[in-house]
Amino acid sequence: MSPEYLYNIRTVCYVFASVTFILGLKKMSHPATARSGNLLAAAGMLCAILATIFINVHRTETGGIPEYEEREPRGFIYALIFAAILIGTIIGWVTARRVKMTKMPELVSMFNGMGGACAALIGLMEFPHHHGLTGSLTAIVLGLIIGSVSFSGSIIAFLKLNGTMRKPFRLPSYNIINTVVMVIVFGLGAYMVFGDSQNGLIYVLFALALLYGVMFVLPIGGADMPVVISLLNSFTGLAAAFGGFLYDNKVMLTGGILVGSAGTLLTIVMCRAMNRPLSNVIFGAFGGSEATGAQESEHGTIKDVNVTDVAVLLNYSKKVVIVPGYGLAVAQAQHVIHELELLLEERGVEVAYAIHPVAGRMPGHMNVLLAESNVDYSKLQEMEDINPAFEQTDVVLVVGANDVVNPAAKTDPSSPIYGMPILEVDKAKNIIVNKRTMNAGYAGIENLLFYNEKTSMFFGDAKKVLTELYDELKDMS
Amino acid sequence: MEEFFNYIGLHEELIFFIILSVFVGIEVIGGVPTVLHTPLMSGANAIHGVVIVGAIIVMLNTNPADTLSLALGFLAVVLGTLNVVGGFVVTDRMLEMFKKK
Repeated sequence: MSPEYLYNIRTVCYVFASVTFILGLKKMSHPATARSGNLLAAAGMLCAILATIFINVHRTETGGIPEYEEREPRGFIYALIFAAILIGTIIGWVTARRVKMTKMPELVSMFNGMGGACAALIGLMEFPHHHGLTGSLTAIVLGLIIGSVSFSGSIIAFLKLNGTMRKPFRLPSYNIINTVVMVIVFGLGAYMVFGDSQNGLIYVLFALALLYGVMFVLPIGGADMPVVISLLNSFTGLAAAFGGFLYDNKVMLTGGILVGSAGTLLTIVMCRAMNRPLSNVIFGAFGGSEATGAQESEHGTIKDVNVTDVAVLLNYSKKVVIVPGYGLAVAQAQHVIHELELLLEERGVEVAYAIHPVAGRMPGHMNVLLAESNVDYSKLQEMEDINPAFEQTDVVLVVGANDVVNPAAKTDPSSPIYGMPILEVDKAKNIIVNKRTMNAGYAGIENLLFYNEKTSMFFGDAKKVLTELYDELKDMS
Repeated sequence: MEEFFNYIGLHEELIFFIILSVFVGIEVIGGVPTVLHTPLMSGANAIHGVVIVGAIIVMLNTNPADTLSLALGFLAVVLGTLNVVGGFVVTDRMLEMFKKK
């Protein structure tokens, strides 16, 4: 086959892949088609990767006439590529299959970081080979900067979600310091493009960009990590697009730009669900003043209940609403809560789940988790639909959720979560809150709901106490 | 300034291409329900793994004697594959949960 023919085959593969990316994202936006959308995009990706490996044809144009040249790399380079793909596939596949559903957000963050690192490494390798063209130098430098920021930022986000690093860490006037570092990074990048482009500097730039990624994510609280990951996700897309620009590779361009723009929109949509502008997430205000949460004023007293009390209360209710939160996920209590729900329904109690848009660590986290234990999709109700129904609810059972039911979001303008829409559980006749301890929620703020006279605290690990509750209810007939 | 305009003139197609892609990206996920935010983010995450194509191109054109570049390229391909494979598999696992009973 002539090199020209091969080149055109590869182009067809790239076109196919680009179409699958667009269709895949489109299908992933609807519940019924989401899974096939993901598989379609994966098929396109496989096609693009195979075409890249097996068709190594370069097109150069001299005087408007294209010339095609097929290059035959050494066999051992192929061996290295296949070995690398094999290693990556095994590790990626096994971790993605084995990880617990509760750890999904961390994993997405980690994979995103890998993509960023890949883009940064491409920049490191290509820099010594640049041909002094401003366009390709710009693409190399920007790809390197953005990829590195995405990589180190994702690692910090991973550690924060993981619980290794929980408290936001802030240097004094960190916003100014971060801005200065950012200006230095881009200043050095510009200097390398337009001024002196000696090879050693690229490593300095790499180190600085990594540092900036760390400093960018460190001050942001753990509760905001989903937004940060989504943002870093679109950064990696951008870095991939710069790679596409560098190699004039259209599939990298489409894939990268699509993720860049779709990811940015998704980030904004997520922020909107929390009723906060993106700038607020990145530049702070969340617990911005150290004084919040430290006020130990008189809130009143809390009421403690035991299993039997809760069982009796639930047994004689007409309508129960369950509010799941991250605590449910951590305790792996999604199966027992479903069994509890079935038992209550058997007794003629109407049960629904109230899903706050940002319950858990990621939007949609609770839906995924409850779907895993076969909870009927129609029982999961979104915040806007369920809020008016709380007045007719006999018992609200809050399991491991905190900030999403905190009335301070509505009543206390000084609260860091003020303005975030919440589940208005305090309208219900009885509120039972299951928590492990009295510790504050992820945002680190006091919750006055616990001191409400309608509220009873039901302490203990969600899985353990819900199992006891289930047994107690079962014996009561 | 003239250089800037020249640049735009030379890359006319590319610039149109970029602008249209940006809008396609925005349009295509418009109206996504909250429940799908996480899987969609994860799916998009897998798609930007297309950066692996760049890593493969670098590898294919590396001088076999340049050990540092080979090592970096190898690492880049491993990381890119992790992004692609891990990304798609984890998304599939999330979406598996949404299947109708």
